[in-house]
Amino acid sequence: MIDIAYDASHLLGTLVLMTSFALLYQRRLFALLHVFTVQALALAAAAAWQAYAHDDPHLYITAVLTLALKAIAIPVALHRIVQRMNIQRTVEPALGIGLTMLAGVSLVTLSILLVLPVTEGATALTREDLALSLSVVLLGLLMMISRRNAVSQVVGFMSIENGLILAAVGVAGMPLVVEMSIAFSVMVAFIIFGIFLFQIRERFETLDMRRIESFRGESGE
Amino acid sequence: MAVAARGRGWVATAVYGGTAVACGLTVLWAITTLATGAAEPAALVLPVGLPWMGAHLRTDALSAFFLLVVNGGGVTASLFGWGYERAHTHQHTDPHHAPSGPVLPFFPLFLAGMSLVLLAADAFTFLVSWEFMSLTSWLLVLSTHRESETPAAAKLYLIMASVGTVCLMLAFGLLAGGPGDMRFDAIRQHAPGDGMAALVLLLVLLGAGSKAGLVPLHVWLPLAHPAAPSHVSALMSGVMTKVAVYAIVRVAFDLLGPPAWWWGGALMAAGTITAVMGVMYALMQDDLKRLLACSTIENIGVILIALALALVFKASSTPVIAALAMSAALLHIANHSLFKSLLFFVAGAVLTATGTRDLNRLGGLIHRLPTTAVLALIGAAAISALPPLNGFVGEWMLFQAILNAPALPEWSSKIGIAVVGAAVALAAALAAACFVRFYGIAFLGRPRSPEAAQAREVGTAMRAAMLIPAALCVAIGVLPTPLIRLFGPAVRAMVEAGPFDDRAYQPWFWLAPTSAVGNSYNGMVLLVVIAVLSAVLVLVIHRWASNRVRWSTAWGCGHEEPDPGALSQYSASSFNQPIRRAFGGTLLNAHDRVSMPEPGDTRPARLTVNWRDPAWTFLFTPVGTALDWLTERVNVLQFLTIRRYLTLMFAALVVVLILVAVVRS
Repeated sequence: MIDIAYDASHLLGTLVLMTSFALLYQRRLFALLHVFTVQALALAAAAAWQAYAHDDPHLYITAVLTLALKAIAIPVALHRIVQRMNIQRTVEPALGIGLTMLAGVSLVTLSILLVLPVTEGATALTREDLALSLSVVLLGLLMMISRRNAVSQVVGFMSIENGLILAAVGVAGMPLVVEMSIAFSVMVAFIIFGIFLFQIRERFETLDMRRIESFRGESGE
Repeated sequence: MAVAARGRGWVATAVYGGTAVACGLTVLWAITTLATGAAEPAALVLPVGLPWMGAHLRTDALSAFFLLVVNGGGVTASLFGWGYERAHTHQHTDPHHAPSGPVLPFFPLFLAGMSLVLLAADAFTFLVSWEFMSLTSWLLVLSTHRESETPAAAKLYLIMASVGTVCLMLAFGLLAGGPGDMRFDAIRQHAPGDGMAALVLLLVLLGAGSKAGLVPLHVWLPLAHPAAPSHVSALMSGVMTKVAVYAIVRVAFDLLGPPAWWWGGALMAAGTITAVMGVMYALMQDDLKRLLACSTIENIGVILIALALALVFKASSTPVIAALAMSAALLHIANHSLFKSLLFFVAGAVLTATGTRDLNRLGGLIHRLPTTAVLALIGAAAISALPPLNGFVGEWMLFQAILNAPALPEWSSKIGIAVVGAAVALAAALAAACFVRFYGIAFLGRPRSPEAAQAREVGTAMRAAMLIPAALCVAIGVLPTPLIRLFGPAVRAMVEAGPFDDRAYQPWFWLAPTSAVGNSYNGMVLLVVIAVLSAVLVLVIHRWASNRVRWSTAWGCGHEEPDPGALSQYSASSFNQPIRRAFGGTLLNAHDRVSMPEPGDTRPARLTVNWRDPAWTFLFTPVGTALDWLTERVNVLQFLTIRRYLTLMFAALVVVLILVAVVRS
């Protein structure tokens, strides 16, 4: 018997993970933002599918929130920031692309190895979903530390949030208020990041973290 | 300003008066509890502290005895503090220089903290009270923060107190064991294994020992105890060290279960080193209060030796001898709290009268401070263990226990205890020398400075505060048996026997412990004999010696006029020179350097004495250097880039996840 609900949600979850990998190797800011939009779209679709499959109407709210905030508002705002600040469009990786990908693959392996034995007894869907979302979170962290540009660090942070929401929609019974608050916190974080980016830019005339660090009087790389 | 001073005078009266009354009531309660047979320990659970446990308080005979000691010290210290406050308010009308300002709020809290430690019946309450006691005493030390030496002393004290508390915390953690039940009742139920017990004992020796002044953890004592105002010094030295001893007794005799004989050996080694080194430090000091603080180290060593003997005899199933040693320990605890408080009060009185604590600037005070001088003599004689005073009784009982060493099965303890006995005898003799120096330099001879020459006797309250412990020193020395009977229940609770078991005839004026190998002590006989002999001696001297015409040489070395500063007298440094030469060179790396002027040069000759505490040379300086090195390395973490901090977090997260994965599979 083909369990279409399982397969579809698996597919969408994997799509989110794949876009996480795609985020890792982007060298240009606009491409990075596009991939991030795709990830948010996939996430919204995953949430909507879960809502449909489990007949869980409040997940539709999650899907709509994700779509509106992550897939439209934040990318558009970041686009405008990048354009208005006229920053250099290339992203300098602190870690080579190949090494980053290798590290990403090992992180996914780790999270599968970790989650599958820990969640024995839960339904297959939940287990896979948790493994996928943990991978997305770890990849987001990896992205934050492997990039020097402040905008790409913001994107990394946002993709961590995506991972959390993926976990939230996958696990049955996550209360709506938690999802709402996650969405809200993402919004607040984004506003703060935006303000910071403008302030940093105004003060240091760059968003390259290396320059900022050297200004702090530290031995940057 | 005058109004402010008067206002504070009322506050001081209220605080010290209230503290004295509270302590006095506790003393009465403790005496009643001990006298009426504390068979039923009173227990109380307060709904504060850890939510699942509450605070357990309990008073058994041991706590009652220590409460008696602590609060007895509290009564006299409050009285002395009140007098001290008044004396210094008259001297300094500027309220910012009044001595008591920062002392007042913490003084009662300090006493309350110490009492709480004694009452605690679970590890959590114990540790919280312990830390409370440490912090309040630290604040009391800081009350003299304007003096140049205080900040460094307070810093060292804070470090040592924290290290001590950490050790105690680990010890109680080990004692609570797997179930983590921190009530003392639960800890008593399951005795730890052999290795675990050794570790607990070591940690308690480190933790409580650093508070008690165990060599080599004593370094803060000679700095911090004298820095506080004198009545606080008396409490810290005479009483707080006893609370630390209480912690050792509670763990070693009560919580750890039946002892092994080598526990006593470890304790005895620590005590012997402490006793001998402590008195050596005391002999080297030129500062009155520092000398007293160092002498505390020696007395703690003696108490520890007595406790160690009690442990050894308890382990070898000779409880009556163990009871003798335990009684000696408890008696010495009570004695030391009495005469050490007395001597610190004397130091405070001297400081009030002359404004200096430097022995080399004192002298001849017996003429200016007659009452203080007599009381100081009693204290000095008591701490030097001279009969018929209480110090002698304590050491006499200790030696009776030491003489029982051949009853032990292990050859190592038979021989070891003999060595310890010799060391105790050496320490006692050196302590006598130390206090002859203390009394002789400060009170006898001629004044060495104008301050000493113009000293004035201190007020009634201070003299009364000194009189109480002095009278008790004499009373306990003459009639020790009632006190020993009073804390009998505490001894019985710790070693399951009393010192007078199986002995039919036990009058109250006669001290004859069962296992004292036929020896006995009668203070009244000694008192009468000594009084008669002294009277005869005084008569003989006055009749035949002091009326004789004495001639003095023209050059003034017989203390005649061309010596205005009385500089040709024995000084504090000359008094300890023989001992410095005999022991100091090897133990303390002491060097004398004399710089003689060339012929024709008019500058004075100068003697410089250098000595260094081996605990600093071999322990604290290397540890400090290592810590500095480590701090330098770790300090790099303060200045990483944001990305590196994120990397560190990420790495930590991944490592934890890997650990979980590995453990789960």
